[in-house]
Amino acid sequence: MNISPNKKPSARFAPWEDPAQKPLVRFGNVTKRFGSFTAIDNISLDIYEREFFALLGPSGCGKTTMMRMLAGFEKPSEGTISLGGEDIADIPPYKRPVNMMFQSYALFPHMTVEANIAFGLKQDKWPKQQISERVEEMLSLVQLTKFAKRKPHQLSGGQRQRVALARSLAKKPKLLLLDEPLGALDKKLREKTQFELMDIQEKLGMTFVIVTHDQEEAMTVASRIAVMDDGKLIQVATPEVIYEYPNCRYVADFIGDVNLVEGRISSKTEEMVKLAWAEGQGDIDISNKNGCAAGENACLAIRPEKVHVTREEPQDVDNKIRGVIHDIAYIGNLSTYYVKLGNGQIFRAQESNRRRLANREFTWDDQVWLSWRNTAGVLLQK
Amino acid sequence: MDRKSGRFLLIGIPYLWLGLLFLVPFFIVLKISLSDIAVAIPPYTPTFDLGAGWSGFIQFLSGLDFENYIWLIEDDLYINSYLSSLKIAFFSTLFALLVGYPIAYAMAKAPSEWRPTLLMLIILPFWTSFLIRVYAWIGILKPEGFLNQFLMMLGIIDEPLQIINTDTAVYIGIVYSYLPFMVLPLYSALEKLDGALLEAAEDLGCTAIQAFWKVTFPLSMPGIVAGCFLVFIPAIGEFVIPDLLGGSDTIMIGKTLWADFFSNRDWPLASAVAVVLLLLLIVPIVLFQRQQERAQEAEK
Repeated sequence: MNISPNKKPSARFAPWEDPAQKPLVRFGNVTKRFGSFTAIDNISLDIYEREFFALLGPSGCGKTTMMRMLAGFEKPSEGTISLGGEDIADIPPYKRPVNMMFQSYALFPHMTVEANIAFGLKQDKWPKQQISERVEEMLSLVQLTKFAKRKPHQLSGGQRQRVALARSLAKKPKLLLLDEPLGALDKKLREKTQFELMDIQEKLGMTFVIVTHDQEEAMTVASRIAVMDDGKLIQVATPEVIYEYPNCRYVADFIGDVNLVEGRISSKTEEMVKLAWAEGQGDIDISNKNGCAAGENACLAIRPEKVHVTREEPQDVDNKIRGVIHDIAYIGNLSTYYVKLGNGQIFRAQESNRRRLANREFTWDDQVWLSWRNTAGVLLQK
Repeated sequence: MDRKSGRFLLIGIPYLWLGLLFLVPFFIVLKISLSDIAVAIPPYTPTFDLGAGWSGFIQFLSGLDFENYIWLIEDDLYINSYLSSLKIAFFSTLFALLVGYPIAYAMAKAPSEWRPTLLMLIILPFWTSFLIRVYAWIGILKPEGFLNQFLMMLGIIDEPLQIINTDTAVYIGIVYSYLPFMVLPLYSALEKLDGALLEAAEDLGCTAIQAFWKVTFPLSMPGIVAGCFLVFIPAIGEFVIPDLLGGSDTIMIGKTLWADFFSNRDWPLASAVAVVLLLLLIVPIVLFQRQQERAQEAEK
């Protein structure tokens, strides 16, 4: 299968920006309680046809409950869930045009690969001929034709994962739910499978909803990501927006690495906000995209890779701070420098290691300059 | 001691145990079954005389024959006893399965903090002697027993049912006594069942009942097979239950054997009955072991 990471359609594909588009799935003020515990707290969310939608969050944030409500294993305590305009709250799982790929794969151990894939089709009383054609088609889609007669315990983890995918796709569901589908695979296989999933989703033109706690996975596969915490949606946006313009500290911190600089807005113009962040240090310039008012407390979020480390004082930059290298984390392709600022704060800056390690410019306790452009960071309100 | 001889010693212990406590007694029984009845102590002939030397041994061998086995085939009593035992064991196993499966299923579905207690309740009857529990059933089933009094009090029946001393009582006794052997393997098979499999079946279009027959039931098959053998095998040779609860027309091979041995003092014939019973049981035991091996292989 081709690995083509840059053919993500999100640049052109954006039905959520078009008010004329009708969503495939609509959560309308959905609340779900288990006893006194509120798992989902008044969530409204639209998912559009052909989306690869990711529910992302730490364990216990409610993302699995969202998925189980879509599959029909849980009923919302309040609110409505509709699929293609139809309220599905009272439709049992076996009547929903929704299929799920389980985290444990849940392959039937007493059936062959073939029988597993045919299971749902037999249940729907498809004609024999059509069943065998469809099974054939699914097997070749996931490249398991040779393994049709095997039992699940005779397959590797990656193969089982593909059988589970084929089985959930076989009935041509309107909506496919993937519950941590790659969690049990090792890193290399996981990355490869992510692209396979995207290819399959694109090829079949189906709507996928994936639940994951792995932010890289969500970033890679999804057209949009919903970041969840504590039963609430924190931000719903494309991966680019989530990464570059997180709307709060939680999202900024959850997705990737971030430096957070607390301060107070000292002045504000049309284009620029100045953040006073420490005694005896110059204000930080941030291009103004948020509606903060002067005098408010705010916080700069800036990604380590957007910060440059130099020995000489840099010229023609928007912001620069002096510091001392406190620690260096070398991870091969990248090095993260932990730079101690005058006020004791540790600031992270990341540089790619274009040169060999022996030729490295900096070492521990070196005096360095950190610099970045005023568009590099985001201002977050309290 | 080097490793190799240490290992042989370790493997040797169970072999020694089997040899002394199973194989040697079996050959003694086999030998007696080939002997003739005699009014003597022991009540059979020939006996093995070490002092008589080689010619004595030849004479000993020539005294052995298959007369008792031929007798088993010629006398209807024995064939009927075997067939009746097979029938009673088969239906008892079936009833035990029908009663045991829902119990095991409910236990496996119970909240996990209840399960040890439920398991304990299944095992608890073993703390009382088997014999006493069978005697207790006489008190329950006899015409003026608890069951009849209870049913008459409710007005369901007007006069006591004759349950004791019938085959029905034997079935009740066997199902009751061997139920734990059915429930425990079923429970262990059902408890292992991954709940996600049932959700997957529902997700793919099964109602809860269809999911049971397509997923739960086939996956509990190892437990069903194990439970059935564990009930069937001892039920065939059962003596106490048919003797205490069954009537004079309840014939089971265990009762016949007992009568031959103790009432008729025909040790050789009784031994032949025992040897044939053992041969009959080897078939299901071998089947059971092969099934267990397959189940273990599937789990790998």
